[in-house]
Amino acid sequence: MADLLELTPQGLYCREGDFHVDPWRGVPRAIVTHAHADHARPGCDRYLCAARGTLVLRERVGGGAPIDTLRWGESLSINGVKVSLHPSGHVLGAAQVRLEHRGRVWVVSGDYKVCDAFEPVACDVFVTESTFGLPIYRWAGPDRVAAEINAWWRDNQAAGRTSVILAYALGKGQRIAAIVDPAIGPIVAHGAVMKMVRAYRDSGVRLPPIDGVPPRARRVGDGRALVIAPPSVAGSRWLRLFGEASVAPASGWMTVRGIRRRRGCERGFVLSDHADFPGLLGAIEATRARRVLVTHGASESLARLLCERGLDAAPLATRFTGERPPDDATDDEADEPHDVRAAVEEGV
Amino acid sequence: MKDFAALYWRLDATTGTSGKLAALRDYFSAAPADDAACALHLLSGGKQSRAVSTTLLREWAAEAAGIPLWLLEECYAQVGDLAETLALVLPPPKADAAPGEAGLAAWIRTTIEPLRAADEPRKKEIVRDAWRRLHADERIVWHKLLTGGCRVGVSRTLVARALAEVAGIDPAVMTHRLMGGGIGSADDYRRLFSSEPGDADSQRPYPFFLASALDEPPESLGPVADWQAEWKWDGARGQVVRRGGACAVWTRGEELVSDSFPEIVAAAAALPDGIVLDGELLAVRADALLGFSALSRRIGRRRVTKKVLADVPCAFVAYDLLEEAGRDLRDQPLAERRRKLEALSLPAFPAPGATLQLSPRLAAATWAELAATRASARDRGVEGLMLKRLASAYGTGRTRGEWWKWKIEPLEIDAVLLYAQAGHGRRAGLHSDYTLGVWHEGRLVTVAKAYSGLTDAEIVEVDRIVRATTVGKHGPVRICSPTLVFQLAFEGVARSTRHKSGVAVRFPRIVRWRRDKQPEDAGSLADLFAMIDALPTPEPAT
Repeated sequence: MADLLELTPQGLYCREGDFHVDPWRGVPRAIVTHAHADHARPGCDRYLCAARGTLVLRERVGGGAPIDTLRWGESLSINGVKVSLHPSGHVLGAAQVRLEHRGRVWVVSGDYKVCDAFEPVACDVFVTESTFGLPIYRWAGPDRVAAEINAWWRDNQAAGRTSVILAYALGKGQRIAAIVDPAIGPIVAHGAVMKMVRAYRDSGVRLPPIDGVPPRARRVGDGRALVIAPPSVAGSRWLRLFGEASVAPASGWMTVRGIRRRRGCERGFVLSDHADFPGLLGAIEATRARRVLVTHGASESLARLLCERGLDAAPLATRFTGERPPDDATDDEADEPHDVRAAVEEGV
Repeated sequence: MKDFAALYWRLDATTGTSGKLAALRDYFSAAPADDAACALHLLSGGKQSRAVSTTLLREWAAEAAGIPLWLLEECYAQVGDLAETLALVLPPPKADAAPGEAGLAAWIRTTIEPLRAADEPRKKEIVRDAWRRLHADERIVWHKLLTGGCRVGVSRTLVARALAEVAGIDPAVMTHRLMGGGIGSADDYRRLFSSEPGDADSQRPYPFFLASALDEPPESLGPVADWQAEWKWDGARGQVVRRGGACAVWTRGEELVSDSFPEIVAAAAALPDGIVLDGELLAVRADALLGFSALSRRIGRRRVTKKVLADVPCAFVAYDLLEEAGRDLRDQPLAERRRKLEALSLPAFPAPGATLQLSPRLAAATWAELAATRASARDRGVEGLMLKRLASAYGTGRTRGEWWKWKIEPLEIDAVLLYAQAGHGRRAGLHSDYTLGVWHEGRLVTVAKAYSGLTDAEIVEVDRIVRATTVGKHGPVRICSPTLVFQLAFEGVARSTRHKSGVAVRFPRIVRWRRDKQPEDAGSLADLFAMIDALPTPEPAT
């Protein structure tokens, strides 16, 4: 029997249902796991995503094309393929896509983070990401990361320095705002982050008060603020708005000292919207899938390890990128709205 | 251990000199003398040895982490630092671990020294026990101690300054007290803080005064008459210390190499007592310079065989006098020191048969004349000229503006990237170590490994191309289809039987990425042989 999903030049394609999952080109019908740019591209005729993710997806793909939605666990039949969406814990509305056809069940994880929100879905074939699929990647709990960020923020305040934390505009930026202690001082967000903050709030997510940066501002704050900005602002003129500042990226890659040093930052916080290595292994096991297809990241290593552990696993060459190492120039393009660079230059 | 690990990370996270200085000061003011002595040894780049093989460490770490060895190797390729890789894959320590309580000296005494003599099962027991007690950041430092690779990015000058501030004495005095290492115990460490002058008969050398590379036209230095010009020798910088009836030979790395140069020690015995010469250790037969590769057969050998002594005769060419009749001359101007040096009546180079020689002054009335002299440097087997201000005192470290290296332009060839390997440190996970080749009979043959010379942005870009053009893997080494051409500079080239290509290049480094060139445009082995043939001095085969 043919596979339920196959790799085509447009992306993962379900022939029976005649739709794509996270296509990287315009197609008639796209099921989108989440609104990061490597998974959600403009130019499709019709989208389907989780109801929770509608507003952020709309931000990403622009107006025009209709977006159909499903509530968590609700199912829909597309040309005889039963489709349902299940939370993946990655960013707002991020879903795993469950496909069922003639007794076969496939699940495409998209990007996922093993947390309270993540829901393991039993399946025969699991398509998993592997961004941090090496055993060096193991995350500390959010409380510990929050405590580190809070302490750094307070130290900077004492020294009169603004704290600038570099994080993806969608997901990580809001995650940080949600875990830090807003009693320490004002939280300020770059325009690209702010846009997604609004989408989060409009979707019912509660976030602490966050200020935007006024247009044509010459100077912002007095060294007390925590600024959340996309990685593309590193080294840009926009940062000068804050005077003396300590700049720290928040990324899973900050685990590795060489990457931290290359970034030239004295601090970096290990914080990711992706699963760490134990998380990936646990999630794969929880699906009870016998066959695992491994996409972007350490796909070859993880597939080999799974094979050694008795599963039928193979790497799958998609064009997803996941969380890119911070010195990868494609980093920001992959994960920021297209106007970020313009916004940086304008000092928005 | 906790305090030393904290110092290690504080130094690692601090880029500024003042921050590093403060970190060192804080550490040394609080540390017990035995811990401080160990830390000082490590910070000043003292000898370390490997207590357990990295092969065993990898196996044990993979076992403790419950992962196959190949996966640990994949992690290493990403992290670029073995100590860090091991620390990251290991399971977290026991919750009740109280790691830092024992000091650095105690950790070395109980978990590193006993390893050397222990059998394998006992070694494993000690290592696994330490892993259970250390947190990831401490593990990294401990692993570096274990494998003899604990290096910290601080200069000796900075360490000396910090200690001088803690002790409340002159930094120059502290620098001198630190010279030649030998601080192994708490007592040695305490002596550093003594207000009494040190042993008169010590064989310690002076801190070396260093030159900077001249990157402006020499005319910018003012009148040529203010400068002393000498050859820049292709040897090893050294000091000959003749004090208290004994002699010692030191290299710039503060290594005592008397045993490697018995003929120099013997010749120095003829000098009057209380003399310190600064100069160059050279491999030289009659008046022919044998080059640095020959000299390297002598340096670092504790026992020099008769054969090596005969194959590689050495001489010391003196260019400065730092001490006379036991009196420190370093504050005097170079012109005065030179006058006293010449008064010792050493024969000027080339003086066949003489073991102690004088580095001659190169006379010139104009900069143009000196430039012409410099142009003959490669033919003479030297690296260029040294320019020293006649009024200069003999300082410590590198003071820009007093001494300049005016090196000849390097040799160059365009070479093609053939293999790439991930780098270390801040280049971890990026393919930044390159093996380059040139054409020979229609094939590309490897001629050099090169690391530096590209900007960070270029390294990232090359890394992406390497990944995209990989046609095979050999362990961590990627074999690339030839697409990239780099301009390779090197200081020398010689025939070699040890290299497959038949040539060895010296100090190869990438000057620039030739985006304008295709692999077909790269140089050939014949080009390199032509360069060798153009050199007058036959280099010995190595």
